[in-house]
Amino acid sequence: MQTVDDAAAQIEFDRRIADEQKIEPTDWMPDAYRKNLIRQMSQHAHSEVIGMQPEGNWITRAPSLRRKAVLLSKVQDEAGHGLYLYSATESLGITRSELIEALQTGVAKYASIFNYPTLTWADVGAIGWLVDGAAIVNQISLQRTSYGPYSRAMIRICKEESFHQRQGYEIMYELAHGSPEQKAMAQDAMNRNWWPALMMFGPHDSDSAHSGKSMQWKIKRQSNDYLRQKFIDQTVPQIEVLGLEMPDPEIKWNEELGQYDSGEINWEEFYQVINGSGPCNYQRLKHHKKAHQDGEWVREAVRAYSEKQQAKKEQKSA
Amino acid sequence: MSEQQAANINQEHLAVYEVFVRSNRGLDHKHVGSLHAESPEHALMYARDCYLRRSEGVSVWVVKSTDITASQEEDIANFVDPMDDKPYRHATHYVLPDNVNNM
Repeated sequence: MQTVDDAAAQIEFDRRIADEQKIEPTDWMPDAYRKNLIRQMSQHAHSEVIGMQPEGNWITRAPSLRRKAVLLSKVQDEAGHGLYLYSATESLGITRSELIEALQTGVAKYASIFNYPTLTWADVGAIGWLVDGAAIVNQISLQRTSYGPYSRAMIRICKEESFHQRQGYEIMYELAHGSPEQKAMAQDAMNRNWWPALMMFGPHDSDSAHSGKSMQWKIKRQSNDYLRQKFIDQTVPQIEVLGLEMPDPEIKWNEELGQYDSGEINWEEFYQVINGSGPCNYQRLKHHKKAHQDGEWVREAVRAYSEKQQAKKEQKSA
Repeated sequence: MSEQQAANINQEHLAVYEVFVRSNRGLDHKHVGSLHAESPEHALMYARDCYLRRSEGVSVWVVKSTDITASQEEDIANFVDPMDDKPYRHATHYVLPDNVNNM
């Protein structure tokens, strides 16, 4: 129920949003704004964490020690990004365990691209280049989001993310200029990852359930379709430099619009994967639960140590 | 904090508080200095009177110095590894063709 105080607070909130001011954790905010943020930010955090699985799959099989060290560093970064985002989400009054619970029960989502398998080493290159590339386009836009802690997390993440895309492209470039088999492997990984990367930007603006309010509240600053087009326009020339075939035969420069035309995304696949029927959904969640359970002894040891220290302290002061 | 410093504070019945100010909404709180106060509430008022006299900020935090767990600068080399031997964690490590180098 909205009280008179709430109505005044709402006016103040609206004024701040209109003035391009950030909303900070202790400010009054509409329940729906808070809920929407928790949904989007936790989904973002879960994506960082689940996203470690497809790449982690190749750490032990990286083709050289250098590639292995790079991949380890990248995956480690993603864990840190998950932490920034969980902490920022917790500033909205939800606990870490509630967030993890929502992920593990399928109530919360994560980027659907991580439900696809990494079949070859070239997938590691394609992910760094395309998936991190798409994420960067989205995250640069989110640096201007209206919620202070989210904005600050995005700024920090974008800084650290800069090497992720370049190491991915470097892998692709080497493969594309290698043996015919290596080039074919690069082509195949790009073809498979291209569409899921485009899907990362979400449904068309006209079909996006959360977009309207999110844009109005300036949680999102640019629309799904605008950001997707931006990604396509910056990526096509990168494909040309690789010397690979376009992953979509309909990609063509549109002189009039000053942008690339491209084919339609298979939205049926998008909704299927989002709703749990992607190639790896089951595996990803199962692994997350297992890792969480396997880590229980660490959390237990931390608790036991803390209790022991506490008891020691009390003994001393007694 | 040395024992002598701690004793001085006890004598005065004042604790040291560190002051953090957010200069604008959306920015981090930044450390701006410290002060002595008899309670957190007083520390907040003193911080306001001392550090926010010229619209320096929109929010202020005070934290009791003794509640801060800090690294020691002389030990920092042992405590934090800048990992200079891992240059591949930086974007500049990757040499890409000129026409895609703005990635």
